[in-house]
Amino acid sequence: MKKKIIVVGGGLSGLMATLKICEAGGEVELFSYCPVKRSHSLCAQGGMNACMDTKGENDTVYEHFDDTVYGGDFLADQTAVQGMTDAAPKLIKMFDRMGVPFTRTAEGMLDLRNFGGQKNKRTLFSGSTTGQQLLYALDEQVRAWELKGAVKKYEFWEFIKIIKNKEGVCRGIVAQDMNAMEIRAFRADTVILATGGPGMVFGRCTASTICNGSAVSAVYQQGAYIGNPEFIQIHPTAIPGSDKNRLMSEACRGEGGRVWVYKDGKPWYFLEEMYPAYGNLVPRDVASRAIYDVCVNQKLGINGENRVYLDLSHIPAEYLERKLGGILEMYSEFVGDDPRKVPMQIYPSVHYSMGGIWVDIKHNTNIPGLMASGECDYQYHGANRLGANSLLSATYSGTVSGPEAMRWAKEGERGSELTDEDLKKAADACRAEYEAILKMDGPENAHQLHHELGDVMNKYVTIERVNKDLDYCFDEVKKILKRWDNIGLTDRSSWSNQEAMFTRQLRNMIIYALVVTKAARMRDESRGAHYKREFPTRDDERFMKTTIAEYDQATEEPKISYIDFDHSLVKPRARNYAVAKKE
Amino acid sequence: MAEAKKKVHFIIERQDGPNSKPYTEEFEVDYRPALNVVASLMEIQKNPVTKDGKKTTAPVWECNCLEKVCGACMMVINGKAQQACAALIDHLEQPIRLAPARTFPVIRDLAIDRTVMFENLKRIQGWVKVDGSWEVHNDAPRQNPRTAATAYEISRCMTCGCCMEACPNVNSGSDFIGPAALGQTHLFNMHPIGEYFKEDRLNALMDKGGIASCGNSQNCVEACPKEIKLTTYIAKLNREVNKQALKNMFNK
Repeated sequence: MKKKIIVVGGGLSGLMATLKICEAGGEVELFSYCPVKRSHSLCAQGGMNACMDTKGENDTVYEHFDDTVYGGDFLADQTAVQGMTDAAPKLIKMFDRMGVPFTRTAEGMLDLRNFGGQKNKRTLFSGSTTGQQLLYALDEQVRAWELKGAVKKYEFWEFIKIIKNKEGVCRGIVAQDMNAMEIRAFRADTVILATGGPGMVFGRCTASTICNGSAVSAVYQQGAYIGNPEFIQIHPTAIPGSDKNRLMSEACRGEGGRVWVYKDGKPWYFLEEMYPAYGNLVPRDVASRAIYDVCVNQKLGINGENRVYLDLSHIPAEYLERKLGGILEMYSEFVGDDPRKVPMQIYPSVHYSMGGIWVDIKHNTNIPGLMASGECDYQYHGANRLGANSLLSATYSGTVSGPEAMRWAKEGERGSELTDEDLKKAADACRAEYEAILKMDGPENAHQLHHELGDVMNKYVTIERVNKDLDYCFDEVKKILKRWDNIGLTDRSSWSNQEAMFTRQLRNMIIYALVVTKAARMRDESRGAHYKREFPTRDDERFMKTTIAEYDQATEEPKISYIDFDHSLVKPRARNYAVAKKE
Repeated sequence: MAEAKKKVHFIIERQDGPNSKPYTEEFEVDYRPALNVVASLMEIQKNPVTKDGKKTTAPVWECNCLEKVCGACMMVINGKAQQACAALIDHLEQPIRLAPARTFPVIRDLAIDRTVMFENLKRIQGWVKVDGSWEVHNDAPRQNPRTAATAYEISRCMTCGCCMEACPNVNSGSDFIGPAALGQTHLFNMHPIGEYFKEDRLNALMDKGGIASCGNSQNCVEACPKEIKLTTYIAKLNREVNKQALKNMFNK
């Protein structure tokens, strides 16, 4: 009999895993709460890193590996990173064969651009919508498999929970049809979660509205460990907005964009001054902190507001059009100014989670039979992710998790099959929870409560973290969790009820906010994206360890512990982007 | 400012389910600079009360990226199909009328079922046939950067359905495949590996509801939010289909 794998999430990682499973002769049931072609991977703009060495710079795979580990402030599993950087050029060639319209040089080769935290040109790109193009390529390949019957898509179905057998092995899931609202249980030989990041926990951020981390939180509450949740990437250059902060790609700086504010009546290119070796192309954590310092501490933001200039106006318009086209249009469209003529105004925003479900090097979680892949896992980026490494890690993780899911389906100790009774019990439990939500009748509005959650998380758990503020934040989030019980639904329809589903997601978001806040509170050092003025330096002795958050049923709070990880390949050294990197 | 808070007035076409009767409800949202239609709908979610103070449910609609890349939030705004996230209030005449794109079956309120667009991609075999995702120890062919730029232009199609809504020949009484899938056919046919199976794609467009159903109204190219030159590519494709039809006749 064919092995059946459930993949939850159809972004780059989920689709890559799906392809690998189909090629290995397995069958996939692919769950997504949007058509997979609309997944958040398509928001990645700038590119994907791979050592192609076609620019006469003698770039090496080792250099990519070392930049990634150094950029991640020595918190990433080094063997895992090595696997990823080794595979990168091969993955680019795969995408090229699949028809991704990469931007090309005059002689028809794949072009490369600069990106942050790397001295060599190593970033492949498709204009300024690289993620969209890579996602579409895999979407197309998976559609071909769908036609052959190897993939069955459940689009507009929301994952609710995993189902474990009596030995504690994950053998299926419960999901809900988002229109008919039908709740059903499904059997699987292996389950892969590829559900993306938790951006919506912070409310306004660069993520899509679908990136709420709800699935991750759900399996955490069922016993999956979360690794390094405190490491939340703040992207330095986003267009602040009341509905969302829209990303302005790092490619702007990669193509020569300069960041500045007025100081004493003159433009001050503060990144270039503070970090002469890397200038505007310092990694994201470093750039975000500098912008924060200039605006919040030095009060030099544009018109006293939290904004700085990102300037492309000195670059020829034709060049900008070819290299960055799409995002400049977006800026003009949403802001009204033309970035070819006037400097853009930007500010840092929550963007990506380095942390996520803890996995081993093959992407198995601590729950047998459950795997995690893509941004929802914690692998590859340590304390800070380099720009253009996320399209890479999303794709690469799928090439690992897919085949491993098949191996587990064939050889794993999976224990007993789920009986019809088991399936019914699991679905009934989810149905009861859902019915209870439909009946909620309190004074709180779920969307308003979500707004408040985002406000408090953005205020206290982003660029600069202070212990007493984190304590306060934790208490506030706990209050929000209590207030969740007092939500009242305005919509009790049994057809396409978005409010009821959002209410369920919101509870998971609040629980995850506690995880991020608590983990940030416990890590008394500064490393990568996690910065505390009280503890301004990296403390390798105490904290060169992976944070593990485990759910405590009784308190609904996380228990935090630390475990060692594989850093056998390069020794940790101080990270300093004012000078060229030493090995 | 002493004057009362500026409000934005919406008239929203609602429908409780696929077979329910449509009705309208009016809403008011506080104005703020750079406000767009999606952000306004989000405000309504926080307090779903009509303009007359009647408690109601929040309108249902689909959205993801809010950056005009995912294609999800397409709806008809003041009579024109477009992405709601990029529809800035400052550019719209009030009252702002929101309606579902009725070329597609309505699910609920502004949410529509665009399954047909994804199914069309199967019909035209919208992919490059590769042996597998494994290594083949061989580079893909180089491409003329100008051809690659055209491919990029078409490949930005986000399956939003604006062109389908605007096309007079796509409707419940017609089986026309529509402009989006035709553009995609041209995309895969121009790829150096994709073109190996060009004939299959052209043949698929000779059947009922294929390219012959295009009435050349030119609405699609006007409606495309990505400014894809759809009519140019459909014209090229039409010539290819005709050539292929002749070839098929002689080879019989």
